Amino acid sequence: MTAILSARNLAAGYGGSRVLSGIDLEIRAGEAIGLLGRNGMGKTTLIRTLTGVLPAAEGQVLLDGTDAAALPPFARAKCGIAVVPEGRGIFASLTVRENLRLAATPGDWTEARILDMFPRLAQRAANRGNHLSGGEQQMLAIGRALMTNPRLLILDEATEGLAPLMRNEIWRVIRLVRQTGMAVLVVDRAVSDVLSVADRAIVLVKGQIAWSGPPDALRADPAPLHRHLGVGA
Amino acid sequence: MLAGLLAQVLNGVQYGLLLFLIGSGLTLIFGVMGVINLAHGSLFMIGAYLAFAVAGATGQFWLALPLAIIGGAALGTVLERLLFRRFRTRPHMDQVLLTFALILLFEEARSAVFGNQFHSVAIPAGLDFSVPVVGGFRYSAYRLAVLAICLAIAAGMVWLIERTRIGSAIRAAAENAAMLDLLGVDATRIHRLVFAGGTALAMLAGALAAPLQSVYPGMGDGFLILSFIVVVIGGLGSVAGAFWGALLVGMTDTMAKAYVPQAGGIAVCAMMAAVLIWRPAGLSGRG
Repeated sequence: MTAILSARNLAAGYGGSRVLSGIDLEIRAGEAIGLLGRNGMGKTTLIRTLTGVLPAAEGQVLLDGTDAAALPPFARAKCGIAVVPEGRGIFASLTVRENLRLAATPGDWTEARILDMFPRLAQRAANRGNHLSGGEQQMLAIGRALMTNPRLLILDEATEGLAPLMRNEIWRVIRLVRQTGMAVLVVDRAVSDVLSVADRAIVLVKGQIAWSGPPDALRADPAPLHRHLGVGA
Repeated sequence: MLAGLLAQVLNGVQYGLLLFLIGSGLTLIFGVMGVINLAHGSLFMIGAYLAFAVAGATGQFWLALPLAIIGGAALGTVLERLLFRRFRTRPHMDQVLLTFALILLFEEARSAVFGNQFHSVAIPAGLDFSVPVVGGFRYSAYRLAVLAICLAIAAGMVWLIERTRIGSAIRAAAENAAMLDLLGVDATRIHRLVFAGGTALAMLAGALAAPLQSVYPGMGDGFLILSFIVVVIGGLGSVAGAFWGALLVGMTDTMAKAYVPQAGGIAVCAMMAAVLIWRPAGLSGRG
């Protein structure tokens, strides 16, 4: 089966500074990948490069097996790649409903389904983005990404800065999304939560893949986690 | 006395609404694209010369209005594709130099085609009369028509920006164009649309203004300065702010010139200073 999104010998960076190098990655339909790594190891840079925000310095990004170099970010989004970016990217002057409708693409994920999944958003549908709490903004960012009816949902630090209850709520939704069969790429510091939803984990160190394999392997032998992240499974 | 005051109020509102047509495009282009377009006044001038040319050639002034809108949208699209897209992320000084060069180009083209004389455009047939307003006071039917057209456009713009999906995309592009792209909405297309729309509005304003004043070289300069004041008073990027700012500027300028002619030049600047002391980010500005 052709991967939805893949990277071949991918390298990227900012100006003269190389952040990523030699990245080989495949995300297939329905697969969940957990991307782990300390701060500054290139996780967000990898997402920016996969989505076309940052051009690849070397190597290729492939969408459904076709080179995506000529595709700008909006075209990659139209191909079914949705991102919940670090910092959420909520449009402050738009209401919750406007934020959702802006992204709407025909499919199973409708405004009604999103508001049903996030009752708090339903209560605040007429509020502008800058009047929402951090947790509500995160729900909106996820809901808005789902409104594009993607095949692959990329979540970059989706629970960062949230209260524990809100973090649990976000993980509940991620698991719910997983159950629909949508492919997911999750970046988060909560290693145990990432491993609980992922089919495959990738550890990024200094812009390169240092370890890749099933979460069970990390649970059985957490040495790579100790070595590269300083945590246990 | 009262009739005179009423005439000046109507003149001020009509002048302010023409400024709104120019200023709303200017504020959207700046708010969404971050581009300072000094050539916006030249686009107003091109609209006025278009009306002069069309009315002179066909005798049909009204034909100039749709032509100004269509021609303005086409010119804006070409300018955005060829020039402004490349300058969107450049420093403001580069944008100023580009748009100043465009002013020179447009003026030279105008001189080559129409010469440097002053021209006049007759009030269109069918509206070359005055209508009773209050008591014995009568007011130009054409000026009332301009007022109605501008109000309809203002209402349409507010509806478009605040109530439609394309309006949401325009507001979103002004905030974070990169995020809009990530949602599958082509922000570059939104930029092109805004620039084409802003150009069309400026040219339409020029065409509407042609029968109200002479058509002459550099006629957009004064409008450009007042339009920038409208944008600053209204709050950068805000269409609603531009509406109220334009009415304030139009009214202040008209009243000052009518009743305190010696202060006519500084009245608008004094009013802008007062508004900015009261609201530093403008009437609808945030932050």
